[in-house]
Amino acid sequence: MSGLVSMEEVERVAELANLDLAEDEKPRMQRDLNAILEYVAQLNQLDTAGIEPMAQVSDLLSHLEGAIGADSGHGALLRADALKASLDRAEVMEEAPDTDGAFFRTPKVIERQWGSN
Amino acid sequence: MGIELTTETLLEKPATIAALREGIASGTLTATELAERYYARIAEHNPLLNVYLSLTKEQALEQAAAVDATAAKGDPLAPLAGIPIGIKDVLVMQGAPSTAGSAILKGYHPPYDATAVKKLTAAGAVLLGKINCDEFAMGSSNENSAYGPVRNPVDTDRVPGGSSGGSAAAVAANLAVATLGTDTGGSIRQPASFCGVVGVLPTYGRVSRYGLIAFASSLDRVGPFAGNVRDAAEILRVIAGGDPSDATSSPRPVEDYAAESDKDVRGLKIGIPEEYFGEGLDPEVRAAVEAGIEKLRGAGCEIKPISLKHTKYAIPVYYLVATAEASANLARFDGVRYGHRSASATNLSSMYRLSREEGFGPEVKRRILLGTYALSAGYYDAYYKKAQQVRRLLAEEFLTAFAGVDAIVTPTAPTAAFKLGEKTDDPLAMYLADIYTVTASLAGICGVTAPCGATSAGLPVGMQVLAPHFGESTAFRVARAVESASE
Repeated sequence: MSGLVSMEEVERVAELANLDLAEDEKPRMQRDLNAILEYVAQLNQLDTAGIEPMAQVSDLLSHLEGAIGADSGHGALLRADALKASLDRAEVMEEAPDTDGAFFRTPKVIERQWGSN
Repeated sequence: MGIELTTETLLEKPATIAALREGIASGTLTATELAERYYARIAEHNPLLNVYLSLTKEQALEQAAAVDATAAKGDPLAPLAGIPIGIKDVLVMQGAPSTAGSAILKGYHPPYDATAVKKLTAAGAVLLGKINCDEFAMGSSNENSAYGPVRNPVDTDRVPGGSSGGSAAAVAANLAVATLGTDTGGSIRQPASFCGVVGVLPTYGRVSRYGLIAFASSLDRVGPFAGNVRDAAEILRVIAGGDPSDATSSPRPVEDYAAESDKDVRGLKIGIPEEYFGEGLDPEVRAAVEAGIEKLRGAGCEIKPISLKHTKYAIPVYYLVATAEASANLARFDGVRYGHRSASATNLSSMYRLSREEGFGPEVKRRILLGTYALSAGYYDAYYKKAQQVRRLLAEEFLTAFAGVDAIVTPTAPTAAFKLGEKTDDPLAMYLADIYTVTASLAGICGVTAPCGATSAGLPVGMQVLAPHFGESTAFRVARAVESASE
């Protein structure tokens, strides 16, 4: 885990996260991120070579099923891959900031610059 | 403040579900009267406590009238018929806005009900309204809500804990008989401890997460708050179970937790992990928890010292895993489909960035940034993968411990409720309020917190009872034993 987070890194991460931080927010975020990352650096005290990362609780239970006698009832519930009715479109669209009723409307994705190329 | 209310009128223990059910069934009480009484109490105390963000009176009274009609005919009543319950605002529920405590979802009306909400309604519960919480359930004091903090009814200068602070305060002030909250790193257990009520962390997968506005999907749980252990057990029985809409929910049969909670604890082995009683634990909290442990010994439990030596790594692991998952989950708030869209946007990219900048509060941004950083190229292995590896060590350590004990007892939080504003400037100090709760979150095991005493200033102290995956019955039984020894 390398060093401290620079202001450029704060800006780069904000861009990755689609956050447009106000100028006065940036120093505070930099300070807090550094304090937190310094604290989490204690994980480096542990040798974790060869330990499989645990992403889900179900990983753990299936992995240790024999050892702890976890019941066979546990496990992912996969639904049938079948067509079924979803939410009512009109109701869903009512919550959209801008819609034509069938689609969500957004500002232009690509702005053409007519005659000024 | 301009509101004159004494602590005595604010604090009130709700009647038990059994007593209310009996009253409604026998006709000495109607569900309608009960609901009206709760709305009157909410009108009186909510301006100070700021528990409810919205009320669903019309549909609540309709449900109450239906219960009364059933009772009048002498027909059998559903398990929670007429019981007034409040819902944390991160669970979607039709008929009221669901804000998750965030400005980005101000005025959002969800087109469906969360599974837990639907199950409560089907069981006859009268849902009073939506309850305040930290924004997207991120916080340990309820001070991160875009709609203002909740006050602790025990001492209104203090926080109720978080993120389900409103759900805990509602039960402590009897603004609901029970409530639903959510717990990702301690968000049910820590506020229950701060407000002196019972809170339940069900096993991961025991309660469907469908309709829960996601924070960290591998950690998020839905669970109840109540005024006593039996009532919390009754609510869990109703909301638990497999759900085709949540692939991580478990189809395992649901037990009668209330009946299980009445069973004798004699002979149960209780592990006391030394790591939860070290530096940072308030001496008065320690004394109250130790008194609770003595009650268990007196009830015939065998008390065994144990060691969970990776405990100190739990906060670093939690804040990496939870923020990484949050950064992905909160990408959906982009001003396109629902919620806030910036009026200043000029193109698609600025619409995303400005909508999020204007809609999210500082703690949410901090966590999105941390999570994005931990997942970004060059840091993934050092932070995110490392955290997931240590998560496995923490989880396996619990499994090893449970091979030798039936339950583990610890303090729920290192201190009693702190003052409003005390930790808002120091995110790390705030995170450490979760030091005893994040471990069970990471391991996926279950737990119940119940009051076990108070500090000399009269602030409640909670005891956390942890049990293995799907061991809710044992956790309720031990918590009930502590509760009945205090009655």
